[in-house]
Amino acid sequence: MKQFKVLGGGCRNCEVTARAIEQAAEEAGVAIQLEKVTEMADILGYGVLSTPAVVLDGQVIHAGGVPAPDQVRAWVRG
Amino acid sequence: MFEALGALIAFRLLHLDPASGLGAAVHFFVMDATKIFVLLVSVIYVMGLLRALLSPERVRAFVRGRPDWQARGLAVTLGAVTPFCSCSSVPLFIGFVEAGIPLGVTFSFLIASPMINEVAVIILIGVLGWKLTALYVLAGLAVAWFGGIIMQQFRPERWVEEYVWKIRLGEAQRVAPDLSLCGRHRFALAEVREILRRLWLWVLIGIGVGALFHGFVPENWVSRYLSGATWYTVPAAVLLGIPLYSNATGVIPVAEAMLTKGVAVGTTLAFMMSVAALSVPEMLILRKVIRWPALALFAGVLAVAFMLVGWGFNLID
Repeated sequence: MKQFKVLGGGCRNCEVTARAIEQAAEEAGVAIQLEKVTEMADILGYGVLSTPAVVLDGQVIHAGGVPAPDQVRAWVRG
Repeated sequence: MFEALGALIAFRLLHLDPASGLGAAVHFFVMDATKIFVLLVSVIYVMGLLRALLSPERVRAFVRGRPDWQARGLAVTLGAVTPFCSCSSVPLFIGFVEAGIPLGVTFSFLIASPMINEVAVIILIGVLGWKLTALYVLAGLAVAWFGGIIMQQFRPERWVEEYVWKIRLGEAQRVAPDLSLCGRHRFALAEVREILRRLWLWVLIGIGVGALFHGFVPENWVSRYLSGATWYTVPAAVLLGIPLYSNATGVIPVAEAMLTKGVAVGTTLAFMMSVAALSVPEMLILRKVIRWPALALFAGVLAVAFMLVGWGFNLID
């Protein structure tokens, strides 16, 4: 199962990103695990300074904004 | 073109009297709303295409390990050209601290970032002309430069939250940005969507306030109290700007209305800077990394700097 993490201090854009991933997974019928990382030490631990960022299976795949819908679909399916 | 559109809607379609307050306000609103949104979309899109992804991670790597004046110059410039969402200022602050970048330099960056950005600059030129834009940008850069230096004199390190010093940044494992034309187009479109979603309400409110000011505030009242002869209008403008939270773009139509009614240039500039750079929400976000004394100092230094800018320009004017 794919493990997603959304990194972000709890601002609106982070919420939007997390919801987009959940929704895309649901639509594709793919089971995923999603975790919101809000602790600054953990976020910076990934080397990320611009939030929201997305981590997939331990790899940072996106940083610095809400990802585009087709990007999210590609992550969930790919 | 936008002027004509405003006139068409306000006077021909709605049959408002051009001499009435309401007519003037509606005219102003339609003209500014169309002009600013057309400019916004085009500027954000073009910048999105051109921007070789100036991420905070890059900024940090750029500034790190330079001599003080160079680091400050870079920080102020980068702060001016990179539009960051204020929710990024905490990780950014920590990242700068962790890179050993002096706090004064970090403050210079934090001051320049909300006050000046390329989107606001283009719209400023479109609405207020290049002369006033140059004044605003130069004054803003000076405030950021000296504001950071003054902050440094107070040894702000003692007010940084303990945990900040302990955080270690992980190896930056960034995705390589897609630099093909198609990838850039997608990035630019996403930028337009994202920045507009963040800005549209503030810009509309700004235009609304500007329109009300334009239509209903009598000119002789302005020239009596706000024309620059009275010294206390500048601190009043700065104080008024603190609780008013908007951004550099949203405040432009308000400034436009103020200027056309005869409010002094310095007072208007001080007000714009205060609204854009000094805000309660921004302070609360920074509270996560620095304690109250540093925040109070930050606000104080900025308020004094904006007043000096205001008085200075009123004097020259």
